[in-house]
Amino acid sequence: MLSVLLDTLFDGISIGSVLLLAALGLAIVFGLMGVINMAHGELMMIGAYTMYLVQNSFGGLGGVWFESYIFLALPTAFLVAALGGLMLERWVIRYLYGRPLETLLATWGVSLILQQFVRSVNWAMVIGLVLWGALILTGRLLVWPRWGNLPWMSRVWVIAAGALAWGVGALAGERFGLALEEPWFGAEGVDVNAPDWLQGGIPLGDFQLPASRLFIISLTSICLLGLYLFLQKSPWGLRIRAVTQNRSMSACLGIPTGTVDALTFALGSGLAGVAGCAVSLLGSVDPNLGQEYIVNTFMVVVVGGVGNLVGSVVAAMTIGILQDLFSSGILPLLLGDKNPLTGFFNFFATDSMAKVIVFALIIIFLQVRPAGMFPQKGRSVDA
Amino acid sequence: MLQVASLDVYYGESHILRSVDLTVPPGQMVCLIGRNGVGKTTLLKTIMGLIHPRRGSITLKGESILSLSPDQRARQGIGYVPQGREIIPRLTVEENLLLGLEARPRGSRSTKIPPEIFELFPVLKTMLSRRGGDLSGGQQQQLAIGRALMGQPQLLVLDEPTEGIQPSIILEIEAAVRRIIESQGVSVLLVEQHLHFVRQADFYYAMQKGGIVASGLTQNLSQDVIQQFLAV
Repeated sequence: MLSVLLDTLFDGISIGSVLLLAALGLAIVFGLMGVINMAHGELMMIGAYTMYLVQNSFGGLGGVWFESYIFLALPTAFLVAALGGLMLERWVIRYLYGRPLETLLATWGVSLILQQFVRSVNWAMVIGLVLWGALILTGRLLVWPRWGNLPWMSRVWVIAAGALAWGVGALAGERFGLALEEPWFGAEGVDVNAPDWLQGGIPLGDFQLPASRLFIISLTSICLLGLYLFLQKSPWGLRIRAVTQNRSMSACLGIPTGTVDALTFALGSGLAGVAGCAVSLLGSVDPNLGQEYIVNTFMVVVVGGVGNLVGSVVAAMTIGILQDLFSSGILPLLLGDKNPLTGFFNFFATDSMAKVIVFALIIIFLQVRPAGMFPQKGRSVDA
Repeated sequence: MLQVASLDVYYGESHILRSVDLTVPPGQMVCLIGRNGVGKTTLLKTIMGLIHPRRGSITLKGESILSLSPDQRARQGIGYVPQGREIIPRLTVEENLLLGLEARPRGSRSTKIPPEIFELFPVLKTMLSRRGGDLSGGQQQQLAIGRALMGQPQLLVLDEPTEGIQPSIILEIEAAVRRIIESQGVSVLLVEQHLHFVRQADFYYAMQKGGIVASGLTQNLSQDVIQQFLAV
């Protein structure tokens, strides 16, 4: 009985760790810019697919490579997701600052685009996109300045280049057939095979601590510690905290707020990428992976109190453990057959019904504490 | 040092500043006076780049700064002490001071707080680890000036530094500003209601309804002008 309870607790903490990892990025971005990034889950998905790609290319070499590919995959996923986030900030969100509703819709659109992109990406498409990018870059560096940088000209150039690139991609697909047109991943889920040392477990009494979950918990702890040190001790961390609290004054002090925004967004997205790696160890990776996590991640940020690391930690763990407590069906087991509550808990003992009851609890909680578990306190708030 | 010429600023359709001209000579202190709501703070915010003018020019050391963002202007040597102090509330006093270093050119940054700051404002030294938002108004004002000085500005822009502060601290702040001008040759643009402080300036400009209506040497600032543009 005790071991079952411990098992549930442990599973809950590991689910909470994944949520926390995802929520950290969302929390710092929301705290800094007031931007709700609906595409955050898709950045997780990109991280998970990066993990899959690294596994395929390096894990396939076998031996030591397969045992250690994960340590290459983590920084790669961080960088890829950070780059994706940077592009999102530069090309979409930057134009929508101060308009939270539009940002919400725009990032939601981006999340749909990213999902479909992962489903249908193939070589023909990549060739087209790379060509388009190269043409735009050429235009920007070589052609536009010579022709006097007219605004309408750059637009015409971008559209024409897009048409040309699309045509070349389609033609290439036609010519070489499936070799170029077969989707890389497809709509089905792909599986990441964890190295052997992550597949076993550490025996503790009469039950086993699964190594992959231990790994996820320690990964989250390291990221949390790293983020804390970065925010509290580094010069850029100081700038981020200053801009979070008073944007216009920070600018008047000489802090380049645009750079701070881009950096923070990249950092938050990178953390989402790492969270994606962690998720890929728990189950199969599919294009909808982000959607499954984004709502829970938002809940963590809201329940914890915006811009509060400690709050995020406590909220993530609470939500993770509650979720697992209800879905694992351990409560009816503990209460026994006779108890009238057993039927009630049995009814909620599936993944989706557990979500229902957790959200109901969150709604009740927010009625009592609308600002979350740890609202900001002190003179600056009261004033 | 700073030259503002025929500046027009609008909030939406309402015309706030009407063809404002103003000059701050190097190493001098210029005071801007006028009643509440005549556009003094708007003028300072426009100089800082927080508000964009519709017409007119702003030049610093002979170069236009109109196209620069606030952080670029700060790095060009403008230190800004806004109305209401705007201390970053949940950073410590030390961190607030260190943020002042952001305005210095890259490469010449140290991470230490120079002792001059504590000579000017001894009270700050005892509060380095307190949160900026928990300080009293007078302490915050001293912190805000200290923070601006950390960037070694060539032009210090002060917006009502004595607002809501007890008389003895006003005298301290006054003395500190005078000492800064003498020791570092900084130019100062000051918005002020407190007459004793106004008299420390070299030049004055009086504003009414968004325009400059009188200016001259402060020693010639007559009771009439004060009566006309400051008295309620």
